[in-house]
Amino acid sequence: MKYEDFKENEYLEEYVDELRRNGVNIFVGKLDDLINWGRSNSVWPLTFATSCCGIEFMCLGAARYDFARFGWEVTRNSPRQADVVFVCGTIVHKMAPVLKRLYDQMAEPKYVMAFGSCAISGGPFKSSYHTVMGVDQVIPVDVYIPGCPPRPDAMIYGMMQLARKIKVQEFFKLPKQPLVVRHCEECNDEANQSGLLHSVHNDGTEKGGKQ
Amino acid sequence: MNIVKQKLAAFSFATIEEKGKTITVTVPKENLYETAKMLRDMEGTPFDFLIDIIGMDYGDEGLGVIYNLCCTHFPAYLIALKTSTPDRENPMLYSVHDLWRSAGLYEREVHDFFGIKFINNPDMRRLFLRSDWKGYPLRKDYDADPAINPVPLENELIENMETVPSITLKMGQPVESTRKLFGEEEYIVNFGPQHPAMHGVLHLRASLDGEIVKKIDPNFGYIHRGIEKMSEAYTYPQILHLADRLDYLSGTINRHAICLCCEKALELEVPMRAHYIRTIFDELTRIASHLLGWGCTAMDMGSITAFVYGMRDREKIMDIFEETAGGRLMVNYNVIGGVAQDIHPNFQNRVKEFIKYMRKMLKEHHILFTGNPIMRDRMDGVGYLSKEAAISVGATGPSGRASGWSCDARKIEPYAAYRQVEFKEMLRQDGLTFDRYVIRLDEIEESLKIIEQLIDNIPDGPYAAKTKAIIRLPEGEFFQRVENARGEFDVYINSKGDKSPYRIKFRSPCMTLVNALQETAIESKVADLIMIGASLDYVIPCIDR
Repeated sequence: MKYEDFKENEYLEEYVDELRRNGVNIFVGKLDDLINWGRSNSVWPLTFATSCCGIEFMCLGAARYDFARFGWEVTRNSPRQADVVFVCGTIVHKMAPVLKRLYDQMAEPKYVMAFGSCAISGGPFKSSYHTVMGVDQVIPVDVYIPGCPPRPDAMIYGMMQLARKIKVQEFFKLPKQPLVVRHCEECNDEANQSGLLHSVHNDGTEKGGKQ
Repeated sequence: MNIVKQKLAAFSFATIEEKGKTITVTVPKENLYETAKMLRDMEGTPFDFLIDIIGMDYGDEGLGVIYNLCCTHFPAYLIALKTSTPDRENPMLYSVHDLWRSAGLYEREVHDFFGIKFINNPDMRRLFLRSDWKGYPLRKDYDADPAINPVPLENELIENMETVPSITLKMGQPVESTRKLFGEEEYIVNFGPQHPAMHGVLHLRASLDGEIVKKIDPNFGYIHRGIEKMSEAYTYPQILHLADRLDYLSGTINRHAICLCCEKALELEVPMRAHYIRTIFDELTRIASHLLGWGCTAMDMGSITAFVYGMRDREKIMDIFEETAGGRLMVNYNVIGGVAQDIHPNFQNRVKEFIKYMRKMLKEHHILFTGNPIMRDRMDGVGYLSKEAAISVGATGPSGRASGWSCDARKIEPYAAYRQVEFKEMLRQDGLTFDRYVIRLDEIEESLKIIEQLIDNIPDGPYAAKTKAIIRLPEGEFFQRVENARGEFDVYINSKGDKSPYRIKFRSPCMTLVNALQETAIESKVADLIMIGASLDYVIPCIDR
């Protein structure tokens, strides 16, 4: 894929520009590039699938689409060994704490991809009483891949976006310990011990600062 | 059926209605158990297969339950046993769990959705929702405000999962009591909800004695999306899309079932061309599903090669679907009255090519895997499910047929173009893991035969009947049975004449398979538990709905 074809991620370019403006130590910078090149080409996903999208994920792992070409084929069954969790399928109320725990068990640096419309926003189950409306209510998401279910090609595109994101990170500044947030980050409510963002804060504002 | 009617006529309290092949029997709740027992033990025609238990909310008339019963000797005839209770605060009914083993889980489901308590059922926990969930979602007066039931932040407590409430009668008065599911000294192993061999998000808690499984407690609900409740606010064409996402591996067949049910209600004549195309699509879906099941069975045993081979063949079917319908996994092809668009000009040629290819590959699959000594060691002589047990737990589909129970809905009540084709119902007698495995490969062969008979004879004409812009089903109850890749999938629609149903219920063939897992895996090794699960081939979103 040509570099110009990635059009949606201008913020990554801005990030790189900012880094260049501030200056990077040449030794650390080169080492960063090397490590990130290696990291972005050997991302190990966690086998996590709740419903339909999991089947397309299996297709992606099989011979035809074959994500081994990009170095992503080492699917891990334990979250401790995984770098990225593909949230394939709907997350419901009963599953949300389980997913949160899996995410907490993963070692830093870790990434999340929301795969399919259910994981993005609740999708076809938007009017349900038991569906979490988007996995980003539970854990932070790096890449969203729309579709119901998305084709394996779409997933490869999303994975390449994540690889690109990994490449511009500063490896030596990444958190080495799992980041444990013990309160809602936005409103600093210490009473909320779950580490989740409030969907509505105590002062009435919504998530993301909306009134 | 006349004998059945005569016997029922002896019960003065029962009201009997006959419509087609279905007899509806309404009894007062006090006489429910008595009637059910009589039907279950009836001489000559024992109604030994409990298809489904459907909970109902009749509004001001209270809550009700419908038991769909079937006699395995005359499987085309149904009895719908109905009862209701006016009490909405503390509704109670007698349990039938000792007559049919499948009733235990069904009653828990009704309890979860409607709050009806079943007296004498030893396990009255909620089935899908957490024990701290407020309200009963399928009641008409349920308040779906997300503030009442916010997204939980902590896992459900093990104590809550293990404390089992039950209600028994003492001196004519119902008494509530609780017990612990597992003893202090028992050694419990958790499988799931996130486990690679669980084929989804099933949570099993197994009590082990060394390597031997002593007790299994399945936990559902990790993918419960409330499709039945959502459907009550959706129009019929909208519901079709949710049906695809129940059992996504046989999505086309599930969708077909709802289309057939609506067409039956509307008395709509579907063009023969549509019937043929639908049947071909159904069978292709079945092959795709069995191939995936085959690959996953192999992968659970550690054989990645077979998985890759299975997925490779499956991709050929995905290509055929994509060319005609535009979708891969979710085909979205059946609509009420026919199919969404005509077949692609290449369709017939590609299907014919696929049949040739698949026959060749099937031989290879048998050589590669069926004859493999490691695999035979893992499957032979393991996981016995008797025919009686299969009927009692209601394990339909390939799993039931591997135990010698003839339960193919395509034969019982031929729908679409199954009348026009000749095919054998695959039956095996032993009921072992190996039989359940090999019967799927045999069914692929049989499906290829069905497609072969249809593909050259697709009649000309329109591909869909004209329907009204807004589809309203007439008032009444409608029931349709189809055979999906895992067993009998049934749709029950209760319509009040609106554009959306009053109540819609899907019979999940997979829930009964988990019942069968509980039945077969006891006293087997814990490693065999995985293989038994793989051979039953359940899909969890189908259970949880």
